[in-house]
Amino acid sequence: MGLTISEKILRDHSQNPHVVAGDYILAKIDKCLANDITAPIAIEVFKEVVKGTNKGVFDLDRIILTPDHFTPNKDVASANQCKIMKDFAWKNAISNYFEQGRVGIEHCLIPEQGLVRPGELFIGADSHTCTYGALGAFSTGVGSTDLGVAMALGKAWFKIPESIKFIYSGELKKWVSGKDLILYTIGEIGVDGATYKAMEFTGEIIDNFSMANRFTMCNMAIEAGGKNGIINPDAVTEQYLREKNINQYKIYKSDDDAEYFETISVECGEIEPQVAFPHLPENSRPISEVNDMKIHVDQVVIGSCTNGRLEDLKIAAKIIENNKINPNIRCIVIPGTQEIYLQAIKKGYVRTFIESGAIVSTPTCGPCLGGHMGILAKGEKALSTTNRNFKGRMGHVESEVYLSSPATAAATALKGYITSPEYL
Amino acid sequence: MKGIVIKYNEKNINTDLIIPARYLNKSDPEHLAKHCMEDLDPNFHEKKRKLDATILVGGSNFGSGSSREQAPISLKAAGIKCVIAPTFARIFFRNSINIALPVIEFSNINEFNSGDVLQIDLDEGMLINQTTDKKFDIKKVPKFIQEIIRQNGLVNFAKKKLTEN
Repeated sequence: MGLTISEKILRDHSQNPHVVAGDYILAKIDKCLANDITAPIAIEVFKEVVKGTNKGVFDLDRIILTPDHFTPNKDVASANQCKIMKDFAWKNAISNYFEQGRVGIEHCLIPEQGLVRPGELFIGADSHTCTYGALGAFSTGVGSTDLGVAMALGKAWFKIPESIKFIYSGELKKWVSGKDLILYTIGEIGVDGATYKAMEFTGEIIDNFSMANRFTMCNMAIEAGGKNGIINPDAVTEQYLREKNINQYKIYKSDDDAEYFETISVECGEIEPQVAFPHLPENSRPISEVNDMKIHVDQVVIGSCTNGRLEDLKIAAKIIENNKINPNIRCIVIPGTQEIYLQAIKKGYVRTFIESGAIVSTPTCGPCLGGHMGILAKGEKALSTTNRNFKGRMGHVESEVYLSSPATAAATALKGYITSPEYL
Repeated sequence: MKGIVIKYNEKNINTDLIIPARYLNKSDPEHLAKHCMEDLDPNFHEKKRKLDATILVGGSNFGSGSSREQAPISLKAAGIKCVIAPTFARIFFRNSINIALPVIEFSNINEFNSGDVLQIDLDEGMLINQTTDKKFDIKKVPKFIQEIIRQNGLVNFAKKKLTEN
């Protein structure tokens, strides 16, 4: 019986060549990541683990620290958390600490910087670490204790997950993106539909998807409870790596006779752009239905680790170009990294956004988790390209968040109610 | 382990409800405990105190969402000694094990109400509701996880590994 890509990567990182789905392993990790919310606790854990020994961090080049959540420091308490992280990074000579001004939203930044490669075992103290499965890595979110221990041992424990294979086929309607497919998928299987499972995305539609769309889909695997999202590397992956001059990596692929917990075929020809209603990502509905409801919103957010890449900004800019943001709307655009920001300036997208009346923010997770840079008042509604619409997620506990693609968000910013470009 | 139940029937009690992100600008457990469950039930602490509860029972997919370990940390610091739910989101599940907060998957939470007294034996895989006088089998914890809990969390587990190497 063959193996899935997820089983193969985990097996090769454990000391046991026979482990299969369901087995527990203590595996060697290639990289680990923490941010300003999760690093302070991880650092305490690390200190506790190495106390009384002469050991330091397991590898100076394999720990990545990104102050991206409540940055630029939103208040004194956040500033203290960032300082803890910075002091630790300097004291331990961590090479991949990204100071504010060079940092970006971690899951946009790390692939951009070539810090994750196919075949790697990557853990991050951030649930959306599952994003990097788009490159054929096994990448998953963990907590701060896992991270602190990993910084000392270079290891983490795992239960090898069974996989669910998703096969996407057909011809996509205009304006349907990776975001729409993942919202549709979560709508079908539910927010716990893939709990403890690897979500392996396959099929002709995935084959033809850009890396940006692939990152978006893998990013939201956690919103279905998945342990990781993963895509078998192909020519698109290799092209992406070539552009970054990365040529050292190991390609794993699922065997044709690999065993899956379940195989789900999704015929995509009839799928419309999707909008997830409050307060769960599984509450997705087709835009034709939503458009008729004329749901007026107060804020539109275009950005985040889900949709803050250049391709996302381009789609939004092309729709917004030569138009004005609706007078009732605050539209906040957040480029994922400084490099994306610069490219968006060069290509004229930033000018388009500002001339239309939108806000363009420095890269930050900010509003996505109700941190800062776009908090909702009591009773306000937002349409956002982020990944979570839990109760109170973007601000007041009685505010509401709807989720969509950048195209739907841009059209909504112009109209004032939730719609997509086909209705403009 | 013996304790009194505080129960919330809701499914998907996510990490934003357990500890809202606006409180994550500080990591000390006391601060986190104070705001624990605030967006689900602002009266959580008062109810818990009146019941003298230490066992939290919740609906399925408990702890979904973020990887923030502040969620189980806040519960533990608020005096919760065990969480029971039909299913848990995986990062919350592993975070709880790592800090030695036992989490028990049990499908029929209708068997428990706020105020019930439960006696739990994790090693034997047995749970007794002393209030209703009913006995239940619970899933035995895999050996690997037992080992982490036995060492009072992953930190001690890792300390041992580090000195073995």
